[in-house]
Amino acid sequence: MAKPTDSSTSSTETLNQLTQGEYKYGFSSDIDADQAPKGLSEEIVRLISKKKNEPQFMLEWRLKAYRHWLTMKEPAWQNVHFSKIDYQDIIYYSAPKPKKLLASMDEVDPEVKKTFEKLGIPLEEQKILAGVAVDAVLDSVSVATTYKKALADVGIIFCSFSEAVQNHPELIKKYLGSVVPYSDNFFAALNSAVFSDGSFCWIPKGVRCPMELSTYFRINAANTGQFERTLIVAEDSAYVSYLEGCTAPMRDTNQLHAAVVELVALDNAQIKYSTIQNWYPGDKDGKGGIFNFVTKRGKCKGANSKISWTQVETGSAITWKYPSCILQGDGSVGEFYSVALANNYQQADTGTKMIHIGKNTKSTIVSKGISAGHGQNTYRGLVKIMKGASGARNYSQCDSLLMGDTCGAHTFPYLEVNNTSSQVEHEATTSKIGEDQLFYCRQRGLSTEDAVGMIVNGFCKEVFQELPIEFAVEAHKLLSLSLEGSVG
Amino acid sequence: MLEIKNLQASVGDKPILKGINLTVKPGEVHAIMGPNGSGKSTLSHVLTGREGYTVTGGSATYNGKDLFAMKPEDRAREGVFLAFQYPVEIPGVTNKYFLKAAYNAIRKHRGEPEISAGDFLKLIKKKAELVEVDPAFLNRSINAGFSGGEKKKNEILQMAVLEPKLGLLDETDSGLDIDALKIVSKGINAMRGPERAFVLVTHYQRLLDYVVPDVVHVLSGGRIVKTGGKELALELEKQGYGWLEQKVAA
Repeated sequence: MAKPTDSSTSSTETLNQLTQGEYKYGFSSDIDADQAPKGLSEEIVRLISKKKNEPQFMLEWRLKAYRHWLTMKEPAWQNVHFSKIDYQDIIYYSAPKPKKLLASMDEVDPEVKKTFEKLGIPLEEQKILAGVAVDAVLDSVSVATTYKKALADVGIIFCSFSEAVQNHPELIKKYLGSVVPYSDNFFAALNSAVFSDGSFCWIPKGVRCPMELSTYFRINAANTGQFERTLIVAEDSAYVSYLEGCTAPMRDTNQLHAAVVELVALDNAQIKYSTIQNWYPGDKDGKGGIFNFVTKRGKCKGANSKISWTQVETGSAITWKYPSCILQGDGSVGEFYSVALANNYQQADTGTKMIHIGKNTKSTIVSKGISAGHGQNTYRGLVKIMKGASGARNYSQCDSLLMGDTCGAHTFPYLEVNNTSSQVEHEATTSKIGEDQLFYCRQRGLSTEDAVGMIVNGFCKEVFQELPIEFAVEAHKLLSLSLEGSVG
Repeated sequence: MLEIKNLQASVGDKPILKGINLTVKPGEVHAIMGPNGSGKSTLSHVLTGREGYTVTGGSATYNGKDLFAMKPEDRAREGVFLAFQYPVEIPGVTNKYFLKAAYNAIRKHRGEPEISAGDFLKLIKKKAELVEVDPAFLNRSINAGFSGGEKKKNEILQMAVLEPKLGLLDETDSGLDIDALKIVSKGINAMRGPERAFVLVTHYQRLLDYVVPDVVHVLSGGRIVKTGGKELALELEKQGYGWLEQKVAA
């Protein structure tokens, strides 16, 4: 096993020692073990690729990413604070082990059960999420199979990333890294080198995906990995609505989550990508909690294509992500609707980038940040209008809601306009949940908690409207739940 | 119904109410008049439990219960309604949704089941007619972008839906043109009944032409300095508050 890292040496030094010297720990003979030793090296990258039986091009791509990552520094410009991550203290490969199933709901943690009930998740789904054995009809595998068949009937490919590498290498080769290159940023490079699995979705020309890809996902959400990779490609005139995540609270022993999501929309295609993120945020004193450092980007490659991001971020100790759109095709449209909550000691630095390249491209940004407790919420956005983007238009609206006086809201809108025929609008507001509003609601008979829930959900309405309906209802409850006890 | 005895209250260190005595029986309409700064609004805020006001002495009993021992929402659920002088805006929350939540909170408090969406819709449509507001009102965000008159009408609509036992109306007439005043008064009059009492806090006697009170009190310097019938309001209109204040000082 790897020897414990000397805390007095910086992680870069440690890294250099490990990567430049010959690998001493000889785990390669141990290749059948279902878990690699801690730490990252070229050997580990090779091991991951080999374990997954990947074609040569994938291994090469991973290695290029790894070598590039070695030259990069962990970014420090973001408005969040966290203790240094020791990248040699992470296990980068472990074979998926079937989870031990619980015999009944009685064995589930009562806290978790309480949350499920408050969120109104149907009992059968609760069982699946909590890892309780379910009857054959609702078994997640059979449900998944049914969905898969319905999708296959219209020619949609929807499978795990690993399966796609095996069965559709030509598509992976064509699109992997085409939106987020491995060299894009520190965490994207890390993900590219070591990603374990994820999802792949390809919608053929002219096909409208017959279902929200949410239902499927919710059932499978319990298996998300630490370094996920998602690739969605919508061919000409195709449409897909995809929902990632789940309102149910997610705990994970991995602290660092560095996912990459790439979307490609060709001529007249539309991709709607919705996220509900409720990873463990840490306790009331800010201990524990997930670091959610994600790179999400969509490319509107074709003319009149459209990519729409909607996110509700209530979990994680630190959320750091900027779902972005590259508006390359003429007349393409990018949208970003976001609700980010920072309660207790949570920190969120999130926003979007809209890069207008094509003519008459349009983008809309609606961001709602809620801060409570000691939470710090930052909106950071870039609207860039390139020289050739005649007639481009952007509308941005960033609203912040503060609860109490120990939290903070920060807004960093960046504008770069290189074309005089374009039009850019930005609006921003900051408001406080006032004693006035609370008293007004309580004078009508509502409890403080119901009043807070109502005011906050009202504040987020424009974003919730963009969510698939069943998730809008859950997001509503989730938000109230995440704010319980934060006022009064 | 409401029995206030020697009530004293302050805002911060500043005493505002200096010994109020007031008894309101079911079916009665009381008007509390007085110059600016006499403590009229403080009285309605203290009775409904707004933060920032400290009761420093005396008591208020509502239907036999100690009002000050109850949380603001419990006072509301027990049937105490305050029509705000400055109704608050809550963007993104429709009137309809808000009212339904409030209505059900009150029902739950009484141990009754929640009302169905269909029944509630019928109820609020009927009430909207009663207070002559456009039903489109119900789908708008609470008071957001409402004119002053619309906000006051909305308060009366809420009162009509929630059917309180005791309605406290804080300067409901201020900022209303004559047409709006007539509509608001009509709404209040339609709700008058043997089981329900009102306390109208007002600066001007104008409202009292339309909602005729049983008793008129004059509040000055944190005390009720005069109590009389409806003709007292007319006298005040003619003579102003000055003569009463002088009398107290003397």
